[in-house]
Amino acid sequence: MPNLSELKKRIVESQLWRSMFRHGYPDTPRNRVLQIMANVWLHLHPPKIRRHAIKIRFTWCMGGVTFLMFLVTVVTGVILMFYYRPVAEYAYADMKYLQYDVPFGMIMRNMHRWAAHGMVITVWLHMFRVFMSGSYKPPREFNWVVGVVLLTITLLLSFTGYLLPWDQLSIWAVTVGTNMARATPFVGSEGPFGEVVGVTPRYDARAFLLGGTLVGPPALLRFYVLHCIFLPILISLLMIVHFWRIRKDGGISGPL
Amino acid sequence: MADVKEHTTPKPVVQSAGADEPAVADRVHVWPYLVRNEFICSIIVMVILTVWSIVIDAPLEEPANPTQTPNPSKAPWYFLGLQEMLVYFDPWFAGVVLPSLIIVGLMVIPYVDVNPKGNGYYTFRERPFAITTFLFGFFFLWISLIITGVFFRGPGWNLFWPWETWDPHMVIALTNVNLPAWGPLRWMGNPKIAGIELIGLVLIALYFSTALVFYYVKRDTSDTIRQLGPVRYGIVAFLFLTMMSLPIKAFLRLAFNIKYLWVTPWFNI
Repeated sequence: MPNLSELKKRIVESQLWRSMFRHGYPDTPRNRVLQIMANVWLHLHPPKIRRHAIKIRFTWCMGGVTFLMFLVTVVTGVILMFYYRPVAEYAYADMKYLQYDVPFGMIMRNMHRWAAHGMVITVWLHMFRVFMSGSYKPPREFNWVVGVVLLTITLLLSFTGYLLPWDQLSIWAVTVGTNMARATPFVGSEGPFGEVVGVTPRYDARAFLLGGTLVGPPALLRFYVLHCIFLPILISLLMIVHFWRIRKDGGISGPL
Repeated sequence: MADVKEHTTPKPVVQSAGADEPAVADRVHVWPYLVRNEFICSIIVMVILTVWSIVIDAPLEEPANPTQTPNPSKAPWYFLGLQEMLVYFDPWFAGVVLPSLIIVGLMVIPYVDVNPKGNGYYTFRERPFAITTFLFGFFFLWISLIITGVFFRGPGWNLFWPWETWDPHMVIALTNVNLPAWGPLRWMGNPKIAGIELIGLVLIALYFSTALVFYYVKRDTSDTIRQLGPVRYGIVAFLFLTMMSLPIKAFLRLAFNIKYLWVTPWFNI
């Protein structure tokens, strides 16, 4: 029974292999660096990192899994957009259409939903890990701030997506959520000093969010645009900053 | 720049990849050591997510009907902590001020935590206050409020055990009163006159001024307070006391049926 390296050698030196691949790929430090530097998807990484940074017990992979969940929601979300119309008359029917008629429609919706929930959980655990390992300490203070904004946008993305199925769960959950905006001091009609500054239910923070006084068709369109365009662009930009700062601040944290 | 240099000027020495270079033994190549981890981790997570999505369907209830309000109507689970706070605070405070303070409070953590220890490794002994406070806020307040909201709240936002049937006709007698009308204080008379309402304001002012007292008592003996300085100390104390006001108000409500401490024509606290 040959061991693995012997087996690999035998395969690579076989006539079949050499007929397909004209050059070898010597496993040299230079090639390992080039593999990262010359690849558009991998060059986010530095060529080398500190040994502890690859320990799963240290990072729990939570930042990476959060990003993976985001990518899943983007891909499945774009697929769902082919079948979904953000119009009160059609939205719910399109959900049923996805469920029963569209090939793999239901699994796309399930993956979109569960990945979004997963992203909320992993982003919390990521924050928890970063806090427990003191990774927000200098020089990484600002990246923590960016992270908190990313956390907030993650919640807002989930929240705006909640309305889109246009079922009972959607509109009443969003009614509960946006009712709080009504209580905002100064800009909410039922908040402290709202009346004093002349804010009415028609022109207050909640009406601005919903495009009306109730969770109705204008709210659906607003949430759709926020969910599919505004917030994804914002979160993407901030993720770029977040990842860029990890490298600029000296890579992932570790004992000094 | 250093990276680019390394890439454009090939080093003459070609080492076997497995060999440990003693000078840089602390560093490993991202390819394959990190990329391999990322790849395996992604595959595992994707398999779990796919199986989960095949087995469990995303919920879809009846079509939206603005004329039929479900009871209870719950926010998405990750916001149930906020919805739970509505039980103890006025909506402007539970729904707007506290969430904003949570976000701002999280953001200021690195700027008020001047402890240089515990940077990049797990330790409890070197930063007990920071970790205890965070664990309390994250688990005890945030996660346990969510668990309460998901599993223990039923019709009328009443408390139910998870195995109990939700009885929409269950009536909980509301005996909650505001502090000026609370039994032991009632001898002072009608809260609308003689400024008795202001007792809440006085109590809240006293509550927050404990931070000031603590500062003047401890500033000469405590290294932590000296390192923090008055501004950082003030921010930490304010955020900490605001956070602690949630369990305090929950206790007052559950133990003494006190709803609001301070009632004004504009807002309640």
